[in-house]
Amino acid sequence: MARPEELLACLIARLIADASHVAVGAASPIPAAACELLRARGKALRVTRLHKRRGNPFSEGSRELFDLAGQGRIDYFFLGGAQIDGEANINLVRAEGRRFPGSFGSAFMYFVCRTILFREEHSRRVLVPRVEFISAPGWSPPEVARRGGPVALVTGKALFRWQSEKRRFRLESVHPGHAVAEVREATGFDYDAADAHETPDPAAPELELLRGPVARELAGDYPEFVRRVWS
Amino acid sequence: MDALAARIADGAFVALPPDYSLPPMEAVRALIRRKATGLKLLGVPVLGVSADLLIGAGCVAEVHSSAVSLGEAGLAPRFSEAAERGEIKVVDYTCPAVHTALQATEKGVPFMPLRGVLGSDLVREHADWRVEQNPFAAVSDPLLLVAALVPDVALFHARWADEAGNVWVGRRRELATIAHAARRTYVTVEEFRAGDMLDDELLAPGVISSTYVSGIARAEHGAWPLGVADVYAIDDAHLAAYAKSARTREGFERYLDEFVWQGRKSSLPA
Repeated sequence: MARPEELLACLIARLIADASHVAVGAASPIPAAACELLRARGKALRVTRLHKRRGNPFSEGSRELFDLAGQGRIDYFFLGGAQIDGEANINLVRAEGRRFPGSFGSAFMYFVCRTILFREEHSRRVLVPRVEFISAPGWSPPEVARRGGPVALVTGKALFRWQSEKRRFRLESVHPGHAVAEVREATGFDYDAADAHETPDPAAPELELLRGPVARELAGDYPEFVRRVWS
Repeated sequence: MDALAARIADGAFVALPPDYSLPPMEAVRALIRRKATGLKLLGVPVLGVSADLLIGAGCVAEVHSSAVSLGEAGLAPRFSEAAERGEIKVVDYTCPAVHTALQATEKGVPFMPLRGVLGSDLVREHADWRVEQNPFAAVSDPLLLVAALVPDVALFHARWADEAGNVWVGRRRELATIAHAARRTYVTVEEFRAGDMLDDELLAPGVISSTYVSGIARAEHGAWPLGVADVYAIDDAHLAAYAKSARTREGFERYLDEFVWQGRKSSLPA
């Protein structure tokens, strides 16, 4: 039986299967697990783990990530949000009177990398009709230089695909144990939902890799996560 | 250490590194002990427990940063509460805009352009950012211009200082950027070493030249409870305990009393 974190890691691995260079942040153990799963399967994937505790990948300081991404050398990045709305705008600053940490690099990275929006909590509190503060916009007018943007939104209940021409999400699959109606009920924005299927469970070989080499690889940078999920 | 903290004036605009990049924690404790007030912190590009301590202790008027968080230990509780109650002014950034603003100062130019960011509410909140047409483009090409930022003080920890007054920060080159951009740079160091590191071809790329350094103080374990690469690791247990204590004002005051005023250094808070 796959744990929810394992299902999400396998799902994200499928979404970024064409990547050659992915960057993952400090608070992103599940995306990091997805990348390590691809590598454990033998894919030649460069994974730049930010805030790596040993052997940090940069020698020009923390600005190097943004310079690298700005040149188009990073294919995929992951962003979350205290709030995410139906136009794929994200808010990392403030909502309902609460202060959150801040926008980090989102206002830049969302423009230069194909981006997987990832937030485990799937509720009307998070998935709102309109964010209270736009840390980074989901789309830009045609005259604005923009190579990157949203590809998909992954939550603990479902996978949505971004339809850039319609500026609207489409429900692609619902995770095992959750229902299409439940997802509609828990989502504060409107979206298309024809032909949603069930998210496939991880296969046995994937679980074996996650619990073995992937868990070992992540233990150094995400000690709390590895203890919680795999000990 | 106290002499160094005394040279950082109340109200100064102080650039600080993130928790993973040689944070000057002993200097932060010294600033709290000297009851600094009205500091304006600049996160290069983000801040963590260093800022949370200063905010909770009442030393801070403004926070300019892309984020303030305790990483795996969660939200920064004193920052969040002070921001929600309006006790501090928060100026939100996005990471590359901080780097760009400091690089402009390094180069002595008034602003630098940056891609992305357009359409973010951050642009509306910054009188020091402007959206202008790219003068080299034949078609419409709006571009963000970020005004140069000049910190009064850069403050960070380093592995070594040498007899020539140079400091070694290894690959943490954002510290070089803030030292180049700030009016004054104060550094605490793990150890002093003999000689001149700029004479050593292997050490030189990680050196910040004494040209930029205004003052140095020795602080063994000066980054604790955070880490110094290859010397000591982040004290995760202590940070988790801090995050828990600092959720309440009373818990934070108890923490300050034990680890700042009494200056206890242990991975196991009482």
